[in-house]
This record gives sequence, C-alpha cells and structure tokens, in this order.
Amino acid sequence: MRFSKEHEWVELDGDQATVGISAYAAEQLGDVVFVELPPIGKQVKAGEALAVVESVKAASDVYAPVGGAVEAVNEALADAPETVNDSPEAGGWFVRLKIADPEEAEALMDRGQYEAFLRTL
Amino acid sequence: MAEAHEPLKSTVLGAAAEARGARMAPFAGYLLPVSFSDGILKESLWCRTHAALFDVSHMGPAFIELSQRTGDPEADHAAIARLIEPLVCGDLARLKRGQLRYTLLMNAAGGIDDDLIFGRPSADPEQGKLMVVANAGAKEADFDRIRKALGGKGRLARADDGALLALQGPQAAAVIAGLLPGAPALAFMELAAAPFESATLWVSRSGYTGEDGFELLIPRALANSFFERLLADERVRPAGLGARDALRLEAGLPLHGHDIDAATSPVEAGLSFAIAKRRAAAGAFPGAARVAREIEQGPARRRVGLAVLEGAPAREGAPILADGRIVGAVTSGGFSPTLGAPIAMGYVPPALAALETGLAVEVRGRRQRARVTALPFVPHRYHRRPA
Repeated sequence: MRFSKEHEWVELDGDQATVGISAYAAEQLGDVVFVELPPIGKQVKAGEALAVVESVKAASDVYAPVGGAVEAVNEALADAPETVNDSPEAGGWFVRLKIADPEEAEALMDRGQYEAFLRTL
Repeated sequence: MAEAHEPLKSTVLGAAAEARGARMAPFAGYLLPVSFSDGILKESLWCRTHAALFDVSHMGPAFIELSQRTGDPEADHAAIARLIEPLVCGDLARLKRGQLRYTLLMNAAGGIDDDLIFGRPSADPEQGKLMVVANAGAKEADFDRIRKALGGKGRLARADDGALLALQGPQAAAVIAGLLPGAPALAFMELAAAPFESATLWVSRSGYTGEDGFELLIPRALANSFFERLLADERVRPAGLGARDALRLEAGLPLHGHDIDAATSPVEAGLSFAIAKRRAAAGAFPGAARVAREIEQGPARRRVGLAVLEGAPAREGAPILADGRIVGAVTSGGFSPTLGAPIAMGYVPPALAALETGLAVEVRGRRQRARVTALPFVPHRYHRRPA
C-alpha cells in the first residue's frame, strides 16, 4: 500500500489499483455521511478530483493518487458511508482504477515514509 | 469582526478543551473547539439523549445600566428600555423581571444586523439592569451601537471575560440541580442570579439546540472549576461548535451571517414573533416601514426548511430550483445526526414556500429532489411554564 501527500492510499494488483483514504484522513474528517463516487469508465489523471467525501460539517475532495480509468466503485458506501471510518484502509475503499503507468504508484510514499510525513504535520 | 492579522483569541476554557482532545478551529476571531473525541455525530446524539456541554464564551454578554440609578428598579428599567428600544424591533419595556427575550438589532433597510437575547434580572442588587447577549462576530459593533444609544445616560459593562456555558439536553435539569439547586425551578426563557460558592452566576433556561437546557454566565475565576464539575457527571459530555451547528439546524434556528443578515428582514426570515406589535405600529425602530409593509403585503421570499431526499448534503450557497429554474439558495445545510438524512434551510418565493412543495437543490452540478418541510426538523423540547 502506498500513500499520497493528500492522504489517499493505493494498492496495486497487476494493472488494477484500489484507491481509498488513509486512516489519518478518515479520523481528521470525522463521521463520513456521504461519498460521491465517479461513473464507471471515467478517465482521471494523477492529482485530479476523483470523489467527494462528506462529513456532517463539510465536503472534501478525494484526488486520484494515480491516473487511470474507473473500473469499479465501492457500491456499499452508498448505504454504509461509515465504513470509511470503520475500515478506511480495507472495506472503506472508494474506487478501482485500471492504470496505465505503474511507476506513478512507485513514486508515492510507502507506509514508513507516510508515517514520517504525518509526524511533520 | 477581528481582522485577519490579529492573533486568535482563546476563551477562558480553551486550554481545558484542548486538554480534553478538542479539535480547534478559528471562528469569529477565536480559536474554538469544533469537536471532541466523540465527533460531531455522537456529540449531537448525546445532546438529544443526555446532556451536552458547550463552551460559548466567545459570545458577547454584557450588562446595561443607568449612569445614575434612581433607586427605583422599575423606573430604571423603563429608562433603559426607552434608550435601547430604538435599536431593536422587540418590546423591552414590558419585559418582566426574570425573563429573557429574543429580538433583532435592525438597520435602516429593515435588515437584521444581529439577533440578540435581552434579560431582565429579577432580584436586588441587579434589578434595574438589563443583560444583553450578542453574537461573537457582531459583538464589537453591537456594543458600540448600544453605547451610542445610551449617550451619557447609561453604560455598558462587558461580561465576556468569563465563561458562557450551555448545558443542553433532557438530563440537563437533573445535572444542574446538583450544582445550582434553584435552577430547575426556572422555565424556558427565564433568568436568575444563582449563588455558587463565594460568587454569583447567571443562569437561564435557554439554548440553541431545541432541547431543554441552561446557559450559565460564570465569573472568570470560577470558570474552569465549574466546567470540570459539570464534566465530572457521567451524564455530561463536552460538545463542540460542529454539534452546536448541526443541532440548531435541526431545531430550525437561524444563524446570523448565514440564514439572516443585514439584507434579510424578520418577516422573510419567519421571525415575526420577535417583532412587537406596539413597536411596529409606532414605526419606532430602523427599517420599521419595510417590516410593516411585509407584514401587510407579504415578503418577496420566505425562509423554509428543506428535506433533501437524495444524494449529498446541500450546503450554504447551493441553488434551489423549481421546474429547472433557480428560485433561491440554501443558507444552511448539512447532515442531520438525529434524522440520519440531509436537511437544509433557504429562501424561496412565497408561492413555493408551502409545506410539501417539491423542489430541487443543486450540489456540484447535480440536481437532487428536495421537499419543503416544517421547521423545526426535530421537535423542540423546551421546559415551558404551563399557560
């Protein structure tokens, strides 16, 4: 699992990338009450808005940590957005992307680097 | 309003809140707790079922008194009311001892410069004074206007260096009884001075959540110990401004600067209850002509509650549509912890303000169904004195 400075995570399986937000991001957001996910087939570049996550108080953008085409979204979040809080780095995944360039993911932080980054915030 | 370059102020309870894990954010020139470790959702639900404690010391309590008291509290009250009433649309002269009144600080355009609570003390030696509580973002301007209205005849003494606490929820009365045994005898919108240890607190049965509850004005020296005493009760949990905002939205209560502002009239805002007939008939406050005209002919728009029936919460600024045409905007909106669904308030033309009217709200370019719904969204549970 690799992490962006915007607190998204990505897990690669071949040319498939599962994307979500980190436990730190979920904790900072507070109770997630709604997740807006992209349509299947949408093409995104790394750094582009991918989804919107809403807490009681505010809406926050979730950015694509890597570029690709949206192959699947986590439909379960429609009825259970709290899964993002309960299991941010597993069951609370947002999107599966078919990626074009695996090196984009390699350029992201590993968990040790991400945890060091969090200590600087 | 504080300038951006001024350092943020802290309330007397700021350090205690941070020590309890509060997430702090700037609001109206203060660094204030937005939420505690429970989070906004749980804090809101705790308030609806138990008792939540809010630090609202950033607000602006003050006391108004005559420079030369006559010794007759009734005469003093009448004299203060004559000086202050020209600023507001409410009746201060007939405010009874020990009562609070919600009213509006008006401008010449008939708009609302702030919403205020006035309170008349019931007992000596405070009788003859008038308490006022202003919103944090407007308090400096409000105090200036009040001082100007008093001229040389009276003075305004700020009381915003101590703590203002709100204890809200169905268990608030049982909790407060342990510290202030006289407080539960108050009814909604009543005020009393309450002895506590060597000091005097002010306690009123009031709040901004729709629940029964109390607001407490506490001298600075006692603030932290009183805060901790309340939190030592297991029925009480701290709550932040996030929960306060969610709860007041559920209660259909407007937030100044959002749902009401210098351009909004009390009639549009559905706050005609805060206008005294005697004062409107006499045209005796700024903007009274507009208010009288809107009472007679109806306003151009009305504040309504909206149940958002699908999709994301519609927040402040979201367009409201009818038949594909923009007819208004959301002024407050979010997710209701109690109802588990998005709710909003906003303004629409009167023809679209009837209950059950089908409308739409637009969030990030997407149109979502919404329906005009009675305010409050969650019923008020005030402790009113039987009529």
